[in-house]
Amino acid sequence: MNEQEIIEKIAFNVIQGRVTEEDEGYDEGLEGQPAVAELVQMVIEQRIDAKKVVVNALTGSMETVGDKFDKGEYLIPDMLASAECVGAAMDLLGPHLADAGVQSKGKFVLATVAGDLHDIGKNIVGIMLKGAGFDVLDLGNDVSSERIVAQVKDTGARYLGLSALLTTTMREMGAIIKTLDEEGMRSQVQVLIGGAPTSQSFADEIGADAYCRDAFHAIDILKQMAG
Amino acid sequence: MSDAFRQGTIVNPYERLNSDQIQHLHRASLAILAEPGIWCYSQRAADLFASAGAKVSETTEHGQPVWRVSLPAGLVEEAVAKTPSSFILGARDPANRLMLDAQTPRIYFGSGSETNVWLETEMHTFASTQAPEKTLRIPQYRELRGSADLLCRAANLCEHLTHLDFFIRPVNIQDPGVDETNHDVNKFFASLNNITKHVQAGLTRLESLPDVVRMAEIIAGGKEALRRNPLLSFIACVFKSPLQLVADTADKVFAIVEAGLPLVISSSPQGGSSAPIQEAGMVAQINAEILAGITMVQLIREGAPVLYGSVPVRARMDDLHDLYGCPEFNQYNIDCAQLARHYQVPCYSTAGVGDAKVPGAQAMFEKLFTHLYMAMTGAQYIHYAFGLLDRTNTFCPVQAVIDNELIGKVKHCLRAPKIDEDEAKAAVAMVNKVMGTSHRLYARHARKAIHAGDVSEPFAFGAKDQQDRVVELALAELESIDRQPRKHLPQPVVDEIFDRVPGILPSLRQWT
Repeated sequence: MNEQEIIEKIAFNVIQGRVTEEDEGYDEGLEGQPAVAELVQMVIEQRIDAKKVVVNALTGSMETVGDKFDKGEYLIPDMLASAECVGAAMDLLGPHLADAGVQSKGKFVLATVAGDLHDIGKNIVGIMLKGAGFDVLDLGNDVSSERIVAQVKDTGARYLGLSALLTTTMREMGAIIKTLDEEGMRSQVQVLIGGAPTSQSFADEIGADAYCRDAFHAIDILKQMAG
Repeated sequence: MSDAFRQGTIVNPYERLNSDQIQHLHRASLAILAEPGIWCYSQRAADLFASAGAKVSETTEHGQPVWRVSLPAGLVEEAVAKTPSSFILGARDPANRLMLDAQTPRIYFGSGSETNVWLETEMHTFASTQAPEKTLRIPQYRELRGSADLLCRAANLCEHLTHLDFFIRPVNIQDPGVDETNHDVNKFFASLNNITKHVQAGLTRLESLPDVVRMAEIIAGGKEALRRNPLLSFIACVFKSPLQLVADTADKVFAIVEAGLPLVISSSPQGGSSAPIQEAGMVAQINAEILAGITMVQLIREGAPVLYGSVPVRARMDDLHDLYGCPEFNQYNIDCAQLARHYQVPCYSTAGVGDAKVPGAQAMFEKLFTHLYMAMTGAQYIHYAFGLLDRTNTFCPVQAVIDNELIGKVKHCLRAPKIDEDEAKAAVAMVNKVMGTSHRLYARHARKAIHAGDVSEPFAFGAKDQQDRVVELALAELESIDRQPRKHLPQPVVDEIFDRVPGILPSLRQWT
């Protein structure tokens, strides 16, 4: 398979949402054929320019997937499958991206706050952010304020995403923002919040930079922040 | 003729009665048929029963002759055993045929009732008297008198309702120019010219049967073709409860069976007035009436295709009207479906009727309460299920669209479980795969099931704001269906029908 064929097949498989060869795609009968992971491995072995893969295979195909979602052709599982493909490709390409001059869209620390074990929404956001080209550090759930603030500090993250599903735990978000303020880090990081009990007015109340209804809204907001 | 037929939904039947209870009811029905027996107002039917070994005695009631018929258990059981357990109900489009098999609980849903009122829906906007800037869209209703044009529209609607499997006209035709003499040809033509699914109706007038059969033969492509693909069938309510065999309907049963076409022997006693309200009494009596009707059919022509037609209802205790959307209705009807299965005769049953006068929460309760239970019984042929309101007095097309959505959900819910060794292994593999990821999300693994049609859609008429928009959204769907092109009969077929079948309204030809 030559370079052009590999890049086209990666793009095709991102749209199909196939990470590995045993995965089913959106269309029937693709199981057993090389998917994104196997094709990206070929990219590495054949020393194909990682930037070409990102620009020609990953970015464009995610836009196609977004269009299909907007038209109602794709549902959320299809979007997530494609985003996972991009995330898997970026993980494999990771060491080669800097050499190829590909820059991450930014470090994004993500966590469900202390006392809260709910992480489905947060995980969906993580997959979508990775698929959109962010360097995501997912701290998991029930994460203490101290750990979150420390990770933002250590990584120099430009973005912090906080999630909560309970009215009893959402208050932690305000405490974290206050700590960031006290530690003089508030201006370095944009804080995005989300989760069922949160709202724009709650975000305003605690001084968050943005409230995100869902993962897609988060991507839109990040596009606006990037300007 | 292909072997195609509508797949319906094969369910795992819910059984309310155990085998002892079925036997108790069976024996009670046979005991009723032996003593007091039936009051037969048809001499021809009485003679038929007598020739087969029934004890018949003539008497007089209100100055009219009546024959008291005592049916021996052996005669009834022998006749029922000769009834076909499976047969096809045909359709203009062979893919829309129905496979009725008493041994397979494959459910089909259809319309029904022949109401006189068509309920048209319009959305009006109302402003709050306290806060005029606040407005609400509320449905308003207008009653129309049933007509041939409305019947055409109903048939076209039912053609496009995905979950409707057969058509019983939901509205009567009361046009000027239609009387008893041409009622049958007009109702069957208006139906058959607008739907490619199976069409069933009662016969208004015995003398019209040859014209109706000729029309069906023209559509099917000949006499033999119609018998192979019986695209119409008949409903015969031969018993007036309790236990009175009606002369006029008996004559129609003779004629339909002799014409070689399928029919339903339907009985609809009302618990608390024309039958006992108690479950055992109601079911024993209706079962006796249906068994006597089926016996008559088999004595006319052995092996004639007939459905076990059970429509037991109970009376409201405040006005003695029928009460459909209530627990007893389900109990009676589930029992009848089980008895039909016991006799190996396909079951014609009932769901989707209630007291509600307009679409709304009451209608939703009454309909879903019976749609779901009757589907669970595995009754093969469930009528009345689309669009009926005010018991069986009104047909509302918007309600039919809503019912289509409800029935689709019921059919989906009752699909057979997809669980076998391969599925179980695939499940374990999926769990392993997902647990190997950081996000532990199964979402993308839902895709295969979604694409296979295994994942149901959300309720089609749900709203995302704090308003109930069910009727408004269903009305939009109805308007979209009304704009669909109609699936009329080919022009030469219509021409031949108009040449050879007298009495059809010229206005019905304009639809072609």
